[in-house]
Amino acid sequence: MALLQISEPGEAPEPHQRKLAVGIDLGTTHSLVATVRSGSAEVIADAEGRPLLPSIVRYARNGTAEVGYGARAAQADDPSNTIVSVKRFMGRGVADVARYGALPYRFTEAPGMLNIETIAGARSPVQVSAEILKTLRARAEEALGGELFGAVVTVPAYFDDSQRQATKDAAKLAGLNVLRLLNEPTAAAIAYGLDHGSEGTFAIFDLGGGTFDISILKLTRGVFEVLSTNGDSALGGDDFDHAIAVHWRAQYKLADAGGGDTRRLLATAREVKERLSAAETADARVTLSYGQKLHLTLTRAEFESFTASLVQKTLTPARKALRDARLDVADIDGVVLVGGATRMPHLQKAVQDFFGKPPLKDLDPDQVVAIGAAIQANVLAGNRAPGDDWLLLDVIPLSLGLETMGGLVERVIPRNSTIPVARAQEFTTFKDGQTAMGIHVVQGERELVSDNRSLARFELRGIPPMVAGAARIAVTFQVDADGLLSVSAREKTTGVASSIVVKPSYGLSDDEIARMLQESFSHATDDRDARALAEQRVEAESLLNALRTALAADADLLGAAERAALDSDMGELERAWSGRDHRAIKAAIEKLNRASEPFAARRMDRAVSGAFAGRTLDQVARK
Amino acid sequence: MPDTNHLGRNHFELLGLPVAYSIDALSLERGYRDLQSRVHPDKFAAATEPERRVAMQWAAQANEAYRTLRNPVERARYLLALKGFDTEEESNTAMPADFLMQQMEWREAVSEARAAHDTRELRRLHANLADSRKDMLRMLELAIDRESNFDAGCSLVRKLRFLDKLEEEIDEGLQ
Repeated sequence: MALLQISEPGEAPEPHQRKLAVGIDLGTTHSLVATVRSGSAEVIADAEGRPLLPSIVRYARNGTAEVGYGARAAQADDPSNTIVSVKRFMGRGVADVARYGALPYRFTEAPGMLNIETIAGARSPVQVSAEILKTLRARAEEALGGELFGAVVTVPAYFDDSQRQATKDAAKLAGLNVLRLLNEPTAAAIAYGLDHGSEGTFAIFDLGGGTFDISILKLTRGVFEVLSTNGDSALGGDDFDHAIAVHWRAQYKLADAGGGDTRRLLATAREVKERLSAAETADARVTLSYGQKLHLTLTRAEFESFTASLVQKTLTPARKALRDARLDVADIDGVVLVGGATRMPHLQKAVQDFFGKPPLKDLDPDQVVAIGAAIQANVLAGNRAPGDDWLLLDVIPLSLGLETMGGLVERVIPRNSTIPVARAQEFTTFKDGQTAMGIHVVQGERELVSDNRSLARFELRGIPPMVAGAARIAVTFQVDADGLLSVSAREKTTGVASSIVVKPSYGLSDDEIARMLQESFSHATDDRDARALAEQRVEAESLLNALRTALAADADLLGAAERAALDSDMGELERAWSGRDHRAIKAAIEKLNRASEPFAARRMDRAVSGAFAGRTLDQVARK
Repeated sequence: MPDTNHLGRNHFELLGLPVAYSIDALSLERGYRDLQSRVHPDKFAAATEPERRVAMQWAAQANEAYRTLRNPVERARYLLALKGFDTEEESNTAMPADFLMQQMEWREAVSEARAAHDTRELRRLHANLADSRKDMLRMLELAIDRESNFDAGCSLVRKLRFLDKLEEEIDEGLQ
């Protein structure tokens, strides 16, 4: 019998074995990176000691990008090349962003999602976001003194599949190993729950710069369980700024301003809004591009009156989230406020009135998401001892379905299903001899296909000709722990199985990511091959380490011949590693991965059998 | 019936429970959490790609088992299918006359209350329905676990489906 290894609870691996892992809050207004150092999570500040990075990217003619405070200072002077609030464009088309009114950008339609025309050429929101992530990555690697092992990147809980896929693509483009996409309110709950040792049912009310989420979570010892989530991925602090700008325009009878003046007004609106959280009145002076000088004033009462409907818009999702969790407001033990926009007093009052209790706001609403993400990244990287981690059960925010006859949606996975989730639905043919079938995947809650977001269309071909209704086509939806969907379809009645796996239409293919990476290198001094070699080596090391650990624990699961084959493939990868050909390393990694599949499956069987054995003992003990 | 057996265990076995309709809620939750704490992809974020994939399959299976067994009607439907009985909810619409009469009365009362926005009446109907549902769930336990009368079990599942639809209508009216 194998000896069990027992370590102290909470004991971290040796310092040199700790993997550098960070949490990144990629926000609409600003972004942050945080990490766990000496047991506590902290935000990593820039060289000037500033924790926040404005999520603003300015492109120059030579293709370089300036990110953060410098770009923010230039937004009014160079509005069309300075991209503000790019998060609102992630995974969206030109028609989607019309709702934000006049923006100083030239949008063009591109496959998948819109592009923004800048002086440096067309840029996709994925590329713009990648610039922000690269800046944070460089900040973290500088502060931590090494390459990052991986990152947890947060997304609004209510982000749909296209928006999530776009975020993951941006992280990959920035050279990050994404350990997990984590929902922002869930990240906040981790930070809050661990900090306060809380148990019970909590509502996380998260109003950021551009998105609103409400999640209901049950916190028990060692488990964070999301019961339901709802929100509005196009409602945030930005909308309050817009409302102020609209108010001033009407009040001062301003002509339709150009891009620069729009930015000036919005930036001033934001400042005034922030000051109104503490003061009853606020004012600011602005000089517009054509020389007009304005003295803008606003009282809190005015502000609260013309933004009351925006505040009300947060309460409908709150009601829906409670209903889906089958709870009443009385069942909620605490409400946690997250996101800078929750500093507005009238919003806090509305939340308090709705839940009948004062909200909790002792953690910095700007930092709590990044802190929670860092804590989770530390766990996922394996920096905590087994048994001293926790279980995180999150859900998918919006239902997934297929188009059926008459443009109606057949739901396959309902919203608020715990992820990962896999479900199959059977369909049949409509005509005699039909050999192909169109499959249209949609996400949303409405009955009609046209009212939901279209994620992917593909055709299943090679169905053997049969009479109508005889074929049995199983369409399988699989949503992974990042909340990302993949779909496959198969005809079941005949031995001939057709199968296809699709990526949502807004996702980038690996080729597209490779092309973008290549483009970004043509502007930089990096040697592309050296970079690819370094990346493949890191991946090879990580795979070899993981396998060695697995073999140390469970070598007895392999027969002598199997072990020899695996050792030989490992040796092959080690040899490739010491060479300079990144393609050879990649091929050896793929070969080793395939070879270790049965071992992976058996190890999991053993881990699960342990569960059964443990339960039997437990039941015996209770008798 | 979904394909559940690529891991070789049915939902009950997967969560360490006896194969029976009657279930201990605490054991169900404990079994689910115990299994998830071993197979969840978060435990394998730094593992090899095949291990991450296997973890996702197991965790999805654990979620499906928990979701099915937590809900009494779904649990009964699943258990009956394991015993080889199809509840025929789409095809078999034959119902006893008295049950159908009561359904029609209830449906009428619900639509009237909804039209009149009578929240109190909707709440009262909801409570009545809940009582009726509880009775049926008791009969389901008797039919499946004690009498092994699976035909009776199927008929009860079909009736419960009617009640669940009615409950949805009341819930919508209460929004």
